Amino acid sequence: MSLLQVEHLTVRFGSTTVVDDVSFTIAPGEKFALVGESGSGKTVSALSMMRLLPDADISGKILFEDQEILKKSDAALRQLRGKDIAMIFQEPMTALNPLFTIGNQIAEVLMLHEGLSARAAALRAVDLLAKTGIPEPARRALSYPHQLSGGQRQRAMIAMALACKPKLLIADEPTTALDVTIQVQILELLNQLQREEQMSVLMITHDLNLVKSFADRVGVMQHGRLIETADTDTLFSAPREAYTQRLLASHAKRMVGDVASDARPLLKAEGVRCSFAIPQGWFRQKEFVAVDQLDVSLAQGETLGIVGESGSGKSTLGMALLRLSVARTQGDIVFNGQPISAMEAGQLRPLRAQMQVVFQDPFASLSPRRTIEQIVGEGLALHKPDLSEAQLREAVGAGLQEVGLSPTMMSRYPHEFSGGQRQRIAIARALVLKPALILLDEPTSSLDVSVQYQVLELLAGLQQKYGMAYLFISHDLAVIRAMAHRVIVMKDGKVVESGMSGDVLTSPQHPYTQRLLAAANFSTH
Amino acid sequence: MTNTAMTPEISLSPSRRVWRRFRQNRRGYWSLFIFVGLFVLSLGAELISNDRPLVARYNGQLMFPLVTDYAETAFGGEFDSPADYLDPFIQSQFDKPGNWAIYPINRYRFDTLNYFAKAPNPAPPTGDNWLGTDDRGRDVVARLLYGFRVSILFGLALTITGVMLGVLTGAVQGYFAGKTDLLFQRFMEIWGSMPELYLLIIFASIFEPSILLLLVLLSLFGWMGLSDYVRADFLRNRNLDYVQAARAMGLSNWQIIWRHVLPNSLTPVVTFLPFRMSAAILALTSLDFLGLGVPPSTPSLGELLAQGKNNLDAWWIALSTFAVLTITLLLLTNIGDALRNSLDVRRKS
Repeated sequence: MSLLQVEHLTVRFGSTTVVDDVSFTIAPGEKFALVGESGSGKTVSALSMMRLLPDADISGKILFEDQEILKKSDAALRQLRGKDIAMIFQEPMTALNPLFTIGNQIAEVLMLHEGLSARAAALRAVDLLAKTGIPEPARRALSYPHQLSGGQRQRAMIAMALACKPKLLIADEPTTALDVTIQVQILELLNQLQREEQMSVLMITHDLNLVKSFADRVGVMQHGRLIETADTDTLFSAPREAYTQRLLASHAKRMVGDVASDARPLLKAEGVRCSFAIPQGWFRQKEFVAVDQLDVSLAQGETLGIVGESGSGKSTLGMALLRLSVARTQGDIVFNGQPISAMEAGQLRPLRAQMQVVFQDPFASLSPRRTIEQIVGEGLALHKPDLSEAQLREAVGAGLQEVGLSPTMMSRYPHEFSGGQRQRIAIARALVLKPALILLDEPTSSLDVSVQYQVLELLAGLQQKYGMAYLFISHDLAVIRAMAHRVIVMKDGKVVESGMSGDVLTSPQHPYTQRLLAAANFSTH
Repeated sequence: MTNTAMTPEISLSPSRRVWRRFRQNRRGYWSLFIFVGLFVLSLGAELISNDRPLVARYNGQLMFPLVTDYAETAFGGEFDSPADYLDPFIQSQFDKPGNWAIYPINRYRFDTLNYFAKAPNPAPPTGDNWLGTDDRGRDVVARLLYGFRVSILFGLALTITGVMLGVLTGAVQGYFAGKTDLLFQRFMEIWGSMPELYLLIIFASIFEPSILLLLVLLSLFGWMGLSDYVRADFLRNRNLDYVQAARAMGLSNWQIIWRHVLPNSLTPVVTFLPFRMSAAILALTSLDFLGLGVPPSTPSLGELLAQGKNNLDAWWIALSTFAVLTITLLLLTNIGDALRNSLDVRRKS
């Protein structure tokens, strides 16, 4: 008998069909994963199982323990939510109420569904927190969400979800917002709790890696349809659908060519130190050192990968090397033979064309009120003021073509493009200036896997064509392995390990790098 | 790569899309239409409501009394003073064969005193004075028309200076943040705690009251509300990646502000525009009503309201002024509502 049975589920918002005829079952105690890229309808499917979509037009059948969920009254449904079906969300910071302590929030569920007294509920809340492995659970129960780290918050969310021993736990991208090493801890926790409680888990994710080590069965979604469902082993060894094969294949292979042996050094930085002043009270300040005494060197046409978890100072370092950081920066930086660390903003301006940046979020990095032509052409107009309007247009068109976009799109605005296309536009903006160095700050992390792969290929191709050097910042070791010649691994503002990327990523010396590698589930195939 | 956007159709800019959404709001669109129409009409008030003929022919000579002052002697009168075209004698001169005069629709200016009126002042509406006269015998229609123009022009001027000051100060605080922001905020707190009305009363007694003085005094305090909104938007936008990208491109601070941050921070400015305008009109009206506003000879809605209050039996003064004010403010509010809705990106067009 199955715990959850979904038959011909179709969800529409107005005239757009988001989920199209999806059917699957989950047995008691089974871990089922729905995998798909953004917009494939996986989250909407999960939310409709709790009927949490007020505006949606849902048809089909959802049977939970042989009860029809779609036909239940709202009151009956509330009994089910939180008690029999619980949910954890991607971003625990927004899913937890910032004005209540987490102990309070867990106790609320217990009082509501199990009728416990406030005292008993508070004690159970501490027990539950202890179970999720939060250190000092009695003290943490009195903390507010913002006082906890991301991992701890997610543990608190899990404690809340497990409070009433649900039969089905829906986990919507539970680890996406977390660092790799913490991702693994959370997954292990979920695994262990699932075994202890014998509950079923519906995991929703875009990350195939995650699924491989966790789920019993996997369903792959594309454009709102469930195109393939199979046991995890079967799916990974013999994917049936072309789309699944493409998803599996989009694990980055090594894409970069070799650096020319006579490449001249382009960027050399010594003793770079970046610090922020944190106000303490009215007049005192505390210094927070984000980057501590780092040496960086980069040759023409070379890619240096900068790896680290969030808060390790890798972005601050990247921005400091280009003299774009707002942090207090010390140290000597020499770019193309010129000491840029001592330059005034005005002196730096002509050099800006030589060093460009591509940011992580293509939705934030393009000004929404300017056309693509204006966005891409802005740098050219500034640095080559003698270009005529026609020449400028031509250069912009050529730049767009270079990144695989049609020049006919020039008069469009950013909102008319997909995430991958926007990232291409951002690359074109950097590229038209023919820079010697591009800082790539997590350029693919906000993109879907298959798009990620295309953007990486584009970047690798452009590097070979123009001999540009990349500073490639990423937390994703697979991406770094595909793109970087050399790697530095950062932790708490310091370099813990550096070397050729092949060496560092196959036989890491430092325990932190080893942990990162293990966490990233990085098989050296 | 998915090339769903290959068709070379012309893309609408965000502002064009706002305009399209605005036009879909019928009430707001027609309000704007009527408002602009009334405003343009009032700009030509001299052609519509004046005590002189637009063109006249006297003894075979073409005359333009609208632009030239003619003495009474020019029309066969006895005095060398400017001609009073309401004088039955001069009118009879134009009735002679060969002579003619084309008068404006309403034959009074805002300050015309009709010495030949039949009824005592304030006179109720008649065929000559469509909405009657005020307690000094001036035509109410003319005063309303000219007063409307003064109000709108004053509102526009105050709104424009307020918006420019507000955007400038908000932009500086928000973009440079840090110490600049901190100091400016403290300054604004001090400045904002000055008693505006007392200052107005004091200045009204020190200086000769004039529209310019009012404009300066009200502008000194009017920018602060908007400045806060613009500052908040700048603070948000300055940290977005596209500003960083512009910095990496080598643009200067002012170029970044002008090209990137400002266009993306204008939503509160545009949204508040009509509401600021109606607030400015109302401010002028209430000051005039209290007698702290424009000098006595200026046509003003507030002064008319005060007259209406003093002459309660002359219902035509208060009622017609009230109607003009209400309609103006209602039109502006409708426009503002439509603007706010059309700038709301969450709404589908």
